[in-house]
Amino acid sequence: MIITKRREWQRVLDDLGSVEARRVFVVGCGECATAAHTGGEPEVAEACERLAASGFEVTGSCVPEVTCHAGGVRLETRKNAAAIQDADALVVLACGAGTQTVADAVAKPVFPGLESAFLGTTVRHGVFEERCQMCGECVLDATGGICPVTACPKGMLNGPCGGMWDGMCDVLDDRECVHVRIRARLAEQGRDVARTLPPKDHSKKLKPARLSVKEHRPDGSVR
Amino acid sequence: MSRLREALERGEFVITGEIAPPRGSDVSAMRETMALVGPLCHALNITDNQGASLHMSSLGACLVALEMGFEPIFQQTCRDRNRLALQSDLMAAWALGIENVLMVTGDDPRSGDHPQAKGVFDVDSTQLLRIAKDMNEGRDMQGRPLAGGTGFYLGAAMFPEAEPWDAQLARTVGKIEAGARFFQTQAVFDLEKLARAVDALHAHGAKVIAGVLFLRSPRVIDFVNEHLAGLRVPDHVARRIKSAPDPLEAAIDLAVEQVAAIREIADGVHVMPLGLDGRVPEVLERAGVL
Repeated sequence: MIITKRREWQRVLDDLGSVEARRVFVVGCGECATAAHTGGEPEVAEACERLAASGFEVTGSCVPEVTCHAGGVRLETRKNAAAIQDADALVVLACGAGTQTVADAVAKPVFPGLESAFLGTTVRHGVFEERCQMCGECVLDATGGICPVTACPKGMLNGPCGGMWDGMCDVLDDRECVHVRIRARLAEQGRDVARTLPPKDHSKKLKPARLSVKEHRPDGSVR
Repeated sequence: MSRLREALERGEFVITGEIAPPRGSDVSAMRETMALVGPLCHALNITDNQGASLHMSSLGACLVALEMGFEPIFQQTCRDRNRLALQSDLMAAWALGIENVLMVTGDDPRSGDHPQAKGVFDVDSTQLLRIAKDMNEGRDMQGRPLAGGTGFYLGAAMFPEAEPWDAQLARTVGKIEAGARFFQTQAVFDLEKLARAVDALHAHGAKVIAGVLFLRSPRVIDFVNEHLAGLRVPDHVARRIKSAPDPLEAAIDLAVEQVAAIREIADGVHVMPLGLDGRVPEVLERAGVL
């Protein structure tokens, strides 16, 4: 899921100040930001209180099921049309995709209440680790299901680098070298540990990306 | 043909030195160091934004070495340039008379003096060796013919003391398969591990130039342990220097012993005097390698 963290509160206040907003509507997200404890019902309620304490009038709030779903957000904003109409601006406690989805759905200034951090895994309650760069050319088949593009600070496909010492990473010295981990896992599974991977094809990740299931055949080719 | 390559292939024990380009445009101090160390060496490594900190480009400083009659080893890190820039610098280097390159991945930007920089790492050192090998064969990494190829003697880094050894060895063999013909090591203190590495690499036909650091003071030892990647000064060595009445002289004695020992094990020695450039002639002479 998309891991988000709180945006510096003063920046949120400055953003609202930039359009001289006095009345604010708050939007959360029922999906990733709820799981990340940054934009679920409790966090939206807390943001409303903080805004009120800072002298803003909160006209209302909502937590759409999935704030990055354009159809769902349009429906949710229609349900809250009066309160949104009454507001000078909106603050969205969701990832950047969610914030933009809301910004497309309403004719008001929309500001981010969170920072999008990474695509990751909940390793235990409230602790998240980055797992994927969405590079468009997965190497997990060759790396024992551990992503070096993400977990190696240098994103090297063929490591370890010269900083590895006693199996530990040099850049993040509290972590094992991901290339040593990959090697160990492949060896445990009796798989080829000697492969040299070719350079990545960064054209697979050109932005802005767009994808339609209608254009993709079951074999992965594009119509 | 590269003097370094010729000497190594002839079986001569080689000496390489290390030159850090300046942080600025004044090359006078670098020239002085080159004038001091250059005549003793088969080739001089010219570092590429070493420690992820800003310095004049290796390519530019290589030209200064060439101009002074010394043979440079052009270091290329993958940290600061993408595959287009790396290839175009290789073309320029060969056209301008540089014959040796050392490919390294490079320290992470967050360990240097521009921690806000974006680390490029478009390719890694193994992949870059493969690219350079292709260029030696007259084509770019897309397989298109070059209007004039290159003929570099390709080098890479290796770390004989870094455990687990199987991971280190596999990566080194991967680099040989990608085109590396010689390796330069980080400073080595454990000679048994050095011998293990040399034997393994000789089996693949590659040469090994082992590193020696002049650990001039207790402060330098602490710095090395904290900031240099891929080595750790062992406690017994640190104690020997730190407890000596004159740590600097103890460091010089240690370097002499190390060079003499490396002479018996490896194909060459890579001298990193950490500012004690003036003592390099004496160390090499006392070790019996000049």
